[in-house]
Amino acid sequence: MTALLLRDLRLALRAGGGFGLGLAFFLIVTMLVPFSVGPEAALLQAIAPGVLWLGALLACLLSLDRLLALDLEDGSLELLLTAPLPLEGALAVKALAHWLTTGLPLVLAAPFLGVMLQLAAPGHLWLLTSLALGTPALSVIGMFGAALTVGIKRGGLLLSLLVLPLYIPTLIFGAEVARRGSAGLDPSTPLLMLAGLTLAVVALMPFAAATVLRIGLR
Amino acid sequence: MAAALEVSNLSVARGGVPVLSDVSFTLAPGEALVLRGPNGAGKTTLLRCIAGLQPALAGRIDGAEDRIAYAAHADGLKAMLTVRENLRFWAQVFGQSDISPALEGYALRDLADRLAGTLSAGQKRRLGLARLLVTGRPIWVLDEPTVSLDAEAVALFGAVLRGHLGAGGAAVMATHIDLGLEARTLDIRAYRAAEDADFGASDAVFL
Repeated sequence: MTALLLRDLRLALRAGGGFGLGLAFFLIVTMLVPFSVGPEAALLQAIAPGVLWLGALLACLLSLDRLLALDLEDGSLELLLTAPLPLEGALAVKALAHWLTTGLPLVLAAPFLGVMLQLAAPGHLWLLTSLALGTPALSVIGMFGAALTVGIKRGGLLLSLLVLPLYIPTLIFGAEVARRGSAGLDPSTPLLMLAGLTLAVVALMPFAAATVLRIGLR
Repeated sequence: MAAALEVSNLSVARGGVPVLSDVSFTLAPGEALVLRGPNGAGKTTLLRCIAGLQPALAGRIDGAEDRIAYAAHADGLKAMLTVRENLRFWAQVFGQSDISPALEGYALRDLADRLAGTLSAGQKRRLGLARLLVTGRPIWVLDEPTVSLDAEAVALFGAVLRGHLGAGGAAVMATHIDLGLEARTLDIRAYRAAEDADFGASDAVFL
């Protein structure tokens, strides 16, 4: 398991691994927002949590189709199936590697981008918290989507269509935590919902992903 | 000594169409079995089934659980990792640590620090076969193992395989090349599924 995690991290960091792609996308999308809606501080402040959450979600989506497709192409996915690792565990580890290389950088970059969108001071903390709690869910749900579409050539668009609706609850509660936090309201209810949601998908999705993958690879 | 692998009355399908039925054979430790048959006869399907990559329509396979090392057309190599890193990764996945027999057996020592992506097709194949040695598994299931190997590399493979069999391992493979070893041959044309065999045809519905 550790070997798989280290391999995936190493591959992501080497040339062509796609590390930083999502982060760069996130930066650019957030930078474009003031250009498109205008530099008015009050407006930007109001939409900042939603924009940042949406940006993070799309950036995460960008790298999902590489999650399993590359391993299928070179045959390592089939070899992993014959390995003593349980497939559920292997997929959970791969989702963790995806979060470490895609989700975590987004979480860390978000407060700085919040400054660009005039996010008010306590809001940074809540934005960071909500993204840190919510992005792992994006990675594991994405793993399920990737497992569903793994055998399909150029299944990237289909993957997005399948996964985006599943992202809705996480987006609602995550953005709500950030919004309430920056408006000075009590964010604990959406925060608990978000945390519960993430825990549930982290616990269940690897099993669902492994099941559909076993069927898909027959 | 008990059989390493026992396949009885196995029926397999590809894409919902039964291709082989009632395949039975046993494999003793130290024994190799070569599957023969024309393209499309079902060699790959049978091997995938034995390796546990697809379910059988009927019949049973005994002794395969956690004892199979599978090698097919794709070698499972990462282009951006070196030869050594690739081997070490698979060794760790299978709970082994020593990769030097694999490097020696296929003369990969000089290539150990090259990126796998820069190897030639034959060198990649050698690395893919070397992966079998780091699995520590007793039964090798090989699908056309000698593709893109030159005569010298085929000889290396033959030597490694003889060593594996000599140590009590076993192998089932689909190949057309004479590897210069004592191996039983199984012509799978004899097991071709009847055209009207419809069991398993409903499989697709439940996917």
